[in-house]
Amino acid sequence: MLKNRIIPCLDVKNGRVVKGINFVDLQDAGDPVEQAKIYSDGGADEICFLDITASNENRDTIYDVVERTSKNCFVPLTVGGGVRCIEDINKLLNCGADKVSINTAAVQNSKVVEESSKKFGSQCIVVAIDAKKNGETWEIFTHGGRNATGINAIEFANKMENCGAGELLVTSMDKDGTQSGYDIELMKTISFNVNIPVIASGGVGTLDHLVEGIKSGASAVLAASIFHYGTFSVKEAKQYLASKDIPVRI
Amino acid sequence: MNVTIVDYNSGNISSVINSFKEVAKDKVNIEVTSDLNKIKNSDKVVLPGQGSFKSCIDALRKISGLVDTLNEFTINNKKPLLGICVGLQMFADIGYEETETKGLGWISGNVSKIDNQNGKYKLPHIGWNEINITKDSKIFKGIENKSHMYFVHSYEFVPEDKNVISATTDYSSNIVCSVEKENIFGTQFHPEKSDKFGLKIIDNFINL
Repeated sequence: MLKNRIIPCLDVKNGRVVKGINFVDLQDAGDPVEQAKIYSDGGADEICFLDITASNENRDTIYDVVERTSKNCFVPLTVGGGVRCIEDINKLLNCGADKVSINTAAVQNSKVVEESSKKFGSQCIVVAIDAKKNGETWEIFTHGGRNATGINAIEFANKMENCGAGELLVTSMDKDGTQSGYDIELMKTISFNVNIPVIASGGVGTLDHLVEGIKSGASAVLAASIFHYGTFSVKEAKQYLASKDIPVRI
Repeated sequence: MNVTIVDYNSGNISSVINSFKEVAKDKVNIEVTSDLNKIKNSDKVVLPGQGSFKSCIDALRKISGLVDTLNEFTINNKKPLLGICVGLQMFADIGYEETETKGLGWISGNVSKIDNQNGKYKLPHIGWNEINITKDSKIFKGIENKSHMYFVHSYEFVPEDKNVISATTDYSSNIVCSVEKENIFGTQFHPEKSDKFGLKIIDNFINL
């Protein structure tokens, strides 16, 4: 039986780990390679790096981080943040990333998703959707949640599936950083409407939130702060899910 | 000993290279090349593969003489070869991804899309799944039945001769996830991404 995945995410800025609360107020803490190794040794099913380096001159720091991590961790590594074009994807894959997540560029030009999934295979193209509740539905945002687009999240999810995305990483902007749980309705609605795996993200504060995320239909649950600040280890999270009869790899 | 990872522009092979180098340490020389002479002279060959069946076959054929060299290595000289993911799928006679494409024809069978049972199963099949070991394979030495391996694929290899199957995994149906036919080995899952058990499989192949 296919197991549900637990994916710890590390926000990386200028080659160092940080975790933003609602995408601002960053606190520097730790070496990403070391942290990733702790996670993979603890049973993380995948590792995710989100590069939030703002300035272009420091953008190359992520390549070094990815390269060093891939020589130390032998579980899948997803890298996102600032991925603009095919060449960026190519570079990250060559450094040892297994998947690349695309956010703003996918919204601005869906050809990036179409062409990259053809060139590198759907298995390494993840489209990251940042969505915010707007009336009865959800609207997607770009640029790390700063820019509204007016685009409906469900329609966009379907479009990305058709463009060849292998997975969707869905983050609720309303929930991110609040530790009050995933936006379950959002996860349910998107999972129901696409035939590719959905990774739920944004809002985890307790282990029950992970359980709720899986029950919403997501194939994987992503969390940052509960693991990063040591509230729970990946192992504890997996044991808890197993105790709730959710299939995980232990 | 020389183990060659065939670099034929089949997509991302960094993880394969890293994992083999990690396991080989200084004992074994890991070469990454499309140089026909180096492939011919190596002791073992690894054939990775990402993307579609068609794109991988096209990429193989684009390098003049590569398919012949691999045929000679594997079929005539009977030296060990490990195919990973689409690398395994290409052993088939024919693949149906994108369009009907002729494979290497080393193990009779075809590669078809996994039945998602009207959307009941998400595709690609991504994540960790248990393998059911169905026969003793040299690459499974020290690997327990029901070990978890990492998968990413939407197509499955359906061999005609079921005796070549060394492991299956449950997803929609019993999917063939490992084969062994004489000197030819293949895994549908990614040993290079399957943590310590995956590295053990790589170690077993290197030590054949």
